[in-house]
Amino acid sequence: MTVLAQALDAAVDTPRVDWLAIAPETVLFGAAVAIVLGRALARRRPLVDEASFLTALVGVVAAGVFTFVQWVVVDGDGPYQAIAGMVAVDGFAVFVRTVVLIATFLGLLLSAGYLRREGLEAPEYHALMLCSATGMMLMASANDLIVVFLALEILSIALYVLVAFDRRRVTSQEAGLKYFLLGSFSSAVLLYGIALVYGGTGTTNLTRIARFLAGTTLLEEGVLLTGLVLMLVGLGFKVAAAPFHMWAPDVYQGSPTPVVSFMGGATKAAAFAAILRVYAGAFELYRVDWRPAVWALAVLSLVVGSVAALVQTDVKRMLAYSSVAHAGYVLIGVQVGNEAGTTAALYYVMAYTLMVFGAFAVVTVVGRRGDRRHELADYRGLAGAQPVLAALLTLFLLAQAGVPLTGGFVAKLSVFDAAVDAGQYWLALVGMLAAAVSAFVYLRIVLAMYAPEDDGPAVAARPVRVDLAAAVALAIAAAGVLFLGLLPDVVLDFARDATQLLAAGGRAGA
Amino acid sequence: MEAVLFFVLAAGALAGALGVVLGRNPVHCALFLLVTMAAVAVFFLMQDADLVAIIQLVVYASAIVVLFLFVITLLGVDEHERLDEPHPFQRYAAIVLGAVLLVQVLVVIGNDWATGARSTVGPLDEDGRSGNVETLARALFTDYIWAFEVTAVLLVIAVVGGVVLARRSGRRLPAEGERP
Repeated sequence: MTVLAQALDAAVDTPRVDWLAIAPETVLFGAAVAIVLGRALARRRPLVDEASFLTALVGVVAAGVFTFVQWVVVDGDGPYQAIAGMVAVDGFAVFVRTVVLIATFLGLLLSAGYLRREGLEAPEYHALMLCSATGMMLMASANDLIVVFLALEILSIALYVLVAFDRRRVTSQEAGLKYFLLGSFSSAVLLYGIALVYGGTGTTNLTRIARFLAGTTLLEEGVLLTGLVLMLVGLGFKVAAAPFHMWAPDVYQGSPTPVVSFMGGATKAAAFAAILRVYAGAFELYRVDWRPAVWALAVLSLVVGSVAALVQTDVKRMLAYSSVAHAGYVLIGVQVGNEAGTTAALYYVMAYTLMVFGAFAVVTVVGRRGDRRHELADYRGLAGAQPVLAALLTLFLLAQAGVPLTGGFVAKLSVFDAAVDAGQYWLALVGMLAAAVSAFVYLRIVLAMYAPEDDGPAVAARPVRVDLAAAVALAIAAAGVLFLGLLPDVVLDFARDATQLLAAGGRAGA
Repeated sequence: MEAVLFFVLAAGALAGALGVVLGRNPVHCALFLLVTMAAVAVFFLMQDADLVAIIQLVVYASAIVVLFLFVITLLGVDEHERLDEPHPFQRYAAIVLGAVLLVQVLVVIGNDWATGARSTVGPLDEDGRSGNVETLARALFTDYIWAFEVTAVLLVIAVVGGVVLARRSGRRLPAEGERP
């Protein structure tokens, strides 16, 4: 029998591809490829920049439309799994995708003026940002550890390049290299953990892992537990949880500021999506084992993040350490491990994405050409020269501190509420103390802005200019933060529905 | 026959490994690594794992060793490379960690304290299929099709990122206060 005849004999049943399930990622990636092709084929530069910007925006909006269609389907018919159980289409995925798309949309708007100001290559930047967002979207719906790993690599490798994008600044290159080396190391640790979990359960599919653990009692759990710990290390690195946060200050300080405003929230959203789906979903039965590890991560992140932020003088570094603390608050929600905890964690991620975007957006425009005026002294008297920008930064910082009427307050409240309900008084107490300490950090920046300018050097020599796209992005972020604070129920209900649909999806399975 | 082949190859693999560690010239070290990789590839072949054997040759013996040689030649290492060790304790740490790894492997072989899903034992081409290449291809195009397709994004990022980082920047960073 010839090889060909043999091949025809053994026809392969390829799985049915549900295009709706993967439509948002496909559209985003398609836009990225279109931008790269357009860049390669087109001749006139300025036109290419504008066209790639528009293509990227259209791609994000189209992905948003498909995500909304997914929500309608999931809300009506319940969650389901597609493409051989690799993709989970559930409310949880829709929620995280929404967060990622908001961050990408705002990030693109903010970057337009920045790229022009710094004279950077816009098409490549947009394509890499869309690729990174594709990875985050894949992560949101990944129902298999292999897809989790691939999605993490996709989002990270694009980010390594974006961080090093401004090659004329040594700090940007250094940040890119540091992020790349430490990130590859953490990816290897995650992969090692996945391999051990596969060894322990015989599958990488999260639904099948849950089913296997429900039906089997393992006499010796050493391999499985080691795998769980190593995976937590790998994912903890991505959310910048202490003690795996070492990269965050240098990377946040060195990379182009719009990149930080995009990755700060979106990367955390994607990585927390994986943590929640793997730990609170597939390994729900092993809660007793992983909760202490997450508890330790949460407490360390809260303490290290808030205390280390106190001694910084660079605003980007301050915000980097505060992002470590914010990872701690979300980890409180993860640690609680029930529906309320997951809901609170999701809400926190949404609020944090808007707050951190807004704060870094103001830092972007205040940094001026060269992206280097980020010392606290550079903010002295900003309120006099730029009252609107100063007021906006104040709003975003107060939201991060958790002041009432902002999204940050409701986010912190719901996380602490979930912890107290589950009897985790100490964790809630540490969280509240950390919130008090970090409030001081944010107030330092606010006070610097409203301080009289006379005793410092004349910093406003070169005026701060805000282009239209960045102004729109700032307005959207500010409106979002206020909306989350004044009418939290809309998003809280969304997060709660999303969590319930996750739970249902995890149990039914395909 | 099989035993003879095994011992010859095992001796070759060990000799290659010793050559990597003890060799003075970095190029020789890299070539010794090639010997070890090739010997291990034949081990895989003897276990009916033809795909793994080919991957061992293509990825490790070819791509990775060639990459090493590339780096060595690019850095311009001459024959009398002084192997200065900035951290002398590293050598001892390496010896201790190597011993720990050896003990670990021996312990894992000797015990079965790890329990998990039941594993399958036996040749991969049992059910009349033409070996594990086909089995793996089948898995790639059915259960793992999504993961397989998604790697395309990684390749696009690698190309775009490589171009972005390697291209010489045409524009100068304007000095502070200069008009654009």
